[in-house]
Amino acid sequence: MKKIILKLLSFIGLGLTIIPAILVFSAEMDTDTCKQLMFLGTVLWFVTAPLWMNEKDAASEEG
Amino acid sequence: MKKNTSLVARLNSVNEYEQQPIPTNKLKGWRSFLGTYAGEHTAGTEFVIGPLFVAHGASAIDLVTGLIFGNILAVLSWAFLTAKIAVKTRVTLYYLLEQIAGKRFTLIYNLVNAGLFCFLAGSMIAVAATAVGIPFDMAMPQLTDIYPNNLGWVVTVFAVGTITTIIAMFGFEQVSKFAMVAAPWMIMVFIAAALAVLPRLGVTDLGSFWSVAESTIWTGVPLEGQSKFGFWHILFFAWFCNMAMHIGMADLSLLRYAKKWEYGFSSATGVFLGHFIAWIASGILYSLFLIESEGSLTFAPGPIAYSAVGVAGAICVVVAGWTTANPTLYRAGLAIQSINPQWKTWKVTLFVGLFTTIAACFPALVMMLLEFVALYGLILMPVGAVIFMDVYLLEKMGLQSNYAAVSGSSLNGSVAVTWLVTLVFCLLLNLVAGVEIFFLGLPGWFVAVLVYVVASKINQKK
Repeated sequence: MKKIILKLLSFIGLGLTIIPAILVFSAEMDTDTCKQLMFLGTVLWFVTAPLWMNEKDAASEEG
Repeated sequence: MKKNTSLVARLNSVNEYEQQPIPTNKLKGWRSFLGTYAGEHTAGTEFVIGPLFVAHGASAIDLVTGLIFGNILAVLSWAFLTAKIAVKTRVTLYYLLEQIAGKRFTLIYNLVNAGLFCFLAGSMIAVAATAVGIPFDMAMPQLTDIYPNNLGWVVTVFAVGTITTIIAMFGFEQVSKFAMVAAPWMIMVFIAAALAVLPRLGVTDLGSFWSVAESTIWTGVPLEGQSKFGFWHILFFAWFCNMAMHIGMADLSLLRYAKKWEYGFSSATGVFLGHFIAWIASGILYSLFLIESEGSLTFAPGPIAYSAVGVAGAICVVVAGWTTANPTLYRAGLAIQSINPQWKTWKVTLFVGLFTTIAACFPALVMMLLEFVALYGLILMPVGAVIFMDVYLLEKMGLQSNYAAVSGSSLNGSVAVTWLVTLVFCLLLNLVAGVEIFFLGLPGWFVAVLVYVVASKINQKK
């Protein structure tokens, strides 16, 4: 359950990295908001992704 | 792996199966290679190569078609040359080279490789420094710069180089894990940055992209002092920028874990994400910078990415530069350590780091990255040609393969002559016939094959 939540947060982080830029492209968001959301997405990704990605690597190495 | 494992033990674990074929139960499936290639080929170099295509006046149609065909040729080279030999032999390039060329030749090869690794790592330290210098309002290097031209640049490069070296001395495993984590995010930042600036270039919907691409982004006009790039430049660059890895056979070390040779096609994820999408994205960013700065010759990926998507962009440049520089520095250290395994790894890495950081102070390393990457592949290519011939054709021609191992020689003269003659041939082709460095790899490979067969016939008759 903890892993699922972590993965979900990571993918929200990735989403915050790309979706604001798509909204800027379609003129539905201003650039400054996009930059702030992308920074938030970056922090979210780097805080959560190592917790499940590295665990997966270790498991696959053992397997 | 336990946290308190010593560095030596970690190095030993890295070297696992270097002296023997991979056991069947250690082979890996498709997904492992798809991820590895996607991660490895979206790196700091992408922030430089895409903009340099713009600076060299590539047109939009030449860029897109050249990249598509060049990348396909690169994938075919990985699959049909590297992966086939990797699955047939299941050993590393270094082990195979020792069998064919001898220990002394492998040592020389390692040293050359280490030198090239240092310059590659140096260019990535410089790229990261352009982002680190943003808060300090550092004067950025110019496209025409060769030597360092301000103290702020040298201090920033040394700061980045020192941190990179210290981490390479103690934390390779963590950096490797960090790079894997960073890879999907980096690809997203590349795409996001390009998308976010397209409206500033006049692209308001997908339908208008191509006309803006032709008229504004890749105009076909080189910047002042830059040579003109056409379709063939782009195609050969895309094909040969990783020549050391596929035709040069360095990726035998990776693909020997593949269950089937067809896994070589998984390199497509790397080349089409890193060498297509990321190059196009970074080219778009640089083109906008040129327009908004009214043709400034400043060439600094950090401020360009920061201007496009803010702090996330600057972090991406630092992470991309650093995750490329760090393992490269570590590999250079290991290669130099092969001269004398008694030397302490950390001392060798410290020395290599210092050399690399001094090299990174010279902006020419970044500005001439296209030429350097082409040279890197070219220098290591003859060894790949030798391995190809030795594995597939030498015995069919009535000659002995793995000659150094069989004859007990530490230096197979045929391989040394092949390397030397091929590189001299390529140099002459460049100096006398004026053939640009990007095109030398293909004729060079055939010359290497021919010279190796003739030299082996003469050498093995003795």
